[in-house]
Amino acid sequence: MDFELTKEQSMIRKMVRDFAEDVIRPRAVEMDINAEFPQDIFEQMGELGLLGIPFPEKYGGSGGDTLSYAIAVEEIGRICGGTGLSYAAAVSLGASPIYYFGTEEQKEKYLTPLAQGKSLGAFGLTEPNAGSDAGGTKTTAVEDGNDYIINGEKCFITNASFAKTIIVTAVTGKNDSGKNIISAIIVPTDTEGVTITSNYDKMGVRASDTAEVVLENVRVPKENLLGDPQKGFKQFLYTLDGGRISIAALGLGIAQASLEKALEYAKERKQFNQPISNFQAIQFKLADMSMEVELARNMVYKSAWLKDQNKPFTKESAYAKLYATETAFRAANQAIQIHGGYGYMREYEVERYLRDAKLLEIGEGTSEIQRLVIARQLGC
Amino acid sequence: MNIYVLLKKTFDTEEKIVVSNGQIEDDGAEFIINPYDEYAVEEAIKQRDAHGGEVTVVTVGDEDSEKQLRTALAMGADKAVLINTEDDLEEGDQFTTTKILEAFFEDKEVDLILAGNVAIDEASGQVGPRLAERLGMPYVTTITSLEIDGDTVNVEKDVEGDVEKVLTSLPLLVTCQQGLNDPRYPSLPGIMKAKKKPLEELEIDDLDLDEDELEPKTKTVDIFLPPEKEAGRVLEGEVEDQVKELVSLLKNESKVL
Repeated sequence: MDFELTKEQSMIRKMVRDFAEDVIRPRAVEMDINAEFPQDIFEQMGELGLLGIPFPEKYGGSGGDTLSYAIAVEEIGRICGGTGLSYAAAVSLGASPIYYFGTEEQKEKYLTPLAQGKSLGAFGLTEPNAGSDAGGTKTTAVEDGNDYIINGEKCFITNASFAKTIIVTAVTGKNDSGKNIISAIIVPTDTEGVTITSNYDKMGVRASDTAEVVLENVRVPKENLLGDPQKGFKQFLYTLDGGRISIAALGLGIAQASLEKALEYAKERKQFNQPISNFQAIQFKLADMSMEVELARNMVYKSAWLKDQNKPFTKESAYAKLYATETAFRAANQAIQIHGGYGYMREYEVERYLRDAKLLEIGEGTSEIQRLVIARQLGC
Repeated sequence: MNIYVLLKKTFDTEEKIVVSNGQIEDDGAEFIINPYDEYAVEEAIKQRDAHGGEVTVVTVGDEDSEKQLRTALAMGADKAVLINTEDDLEEGDQFTTTKILEAFFEDKEVDLILAGNVAIDEASGQVGPRLAERLGMPYVTTITSLEIDGDTVNVEKDVEGDVEKVLTSLPLLVTCQQGLNDPRYPSLPGIMKAKKKPLEELEIDDLDLDEDELEPKTKTVDIFLPPEKEAGRVLEGEVEDQVKELVSLLKNESKVL
């Protein structure tokens, strides 16, 4: 066993950390207040190759592994949860399905600009009445000559307002046992009939764009169907398995940031003539936070490693997502507690960590769904 | 153009540094490219992109220095040379490093050598100028601008906040000051490509040197951290009285006036 990162992985960590500290940190508070998506930061991230980490060079990627990508998400999440979420969604949900399931033509046409960071991707799965129950998708795609005509409504779609393509899930028919067949279709956002609005006023991850997508008689060529038309559901389950690793990494970054802020404050803040870090009540909190952050890190990295080794990782990525995001919430909550009244104020940032962490327990499979995934893997 | 960069691995002085028994603790310390050397790497890449040629980054260090060299390769340097003294030398100083570099450059065709103005650990700023002297080439320290046209070189040099303009020629050695450029982040494709770029490892044997010739000319007597900053004092009362008190404190207590 070897717990050391490779030279490339530690260089990537250093580079992303420096970038996040220099470029993102000075704007994190303001982006949260204004709910402002930092398009210019994504352009720079694209130039640095961050949006193409896990994709091969021939599709404009950087030829890195899942672990390097997870490290990059962790480092960005450590500075800004919203930027981290948009990053994770762009790579794991917007671009990865095309890499996993796309035809050669689709990869060249759609994956390359995403991997190069020249455009942003989104994934439209959730609907007003289909969240955890993804099988309840109502959006339909009906064959018409060489096209599909898509009708439906998607909600809470990350990055959609800034995306050039959205991968949309839709019902394309029924199988022999009468169940809906769900397929994934690449929809360019400039297609007629696509309306994208971003009116959500979110609790956290406010630097990330979240939008509603309405599809009204949207006509796209049949060749935009992604992967096997019969296995759309299986495909996006696989996509979500991978997405979980990145959300877990994001939680890890927020948890790490919470620990750092709390430790720094505890050493500086004096009460009863001594730093509060001298008190066991505070020490126990910090010890628990530090332990949980490290345990989360081990699970996140292990699930990324399993994926890189082409081994099954469904259960482990659910462990990672569940544990790391709940760790993020607990760590942020304790960081506020350690800060006392100051922690409740925006400028100390830890209250933002809590608001950002909350989303991670909901998005890309709630904590409850993660437990179901794990239980199913156990054979229940 | 044959461009060389002298690079040093240093402690990250923004991280906590622990000194015990007169030695800086290596365990857990973070190591980085000396920040002034990053300006040198960036400038070397820019000059190569403008004039063609090749950038070689050279360090005198140990096995772990490979990480900093790979980072320079990831930024865009073409080749790296690690002169590993780990097994041969107990200690060294600026003389040692200069002597090793002199031997290394003996058979090299050189147009331009760039180094950092100082290393942030020992901050002597000596290796660059001493090497230039040994190699018999002109040098300019603390440069903030470098323009090369044929063999003619226009340099702007920082002199305690003022600018000195120097006209000189290649071959040349310069040491780089803050303000010269903004070092780039190594890009992801850069990092992935760096592992395929050549990194040559040499020992002092390969340079026909032996340890006796390299014995340091200086002796380190003690290493200690600066004293912790004491709490400040806030003067109170009328401004006039405060000024009087301040002057009296400066005179009698801290004795700076």
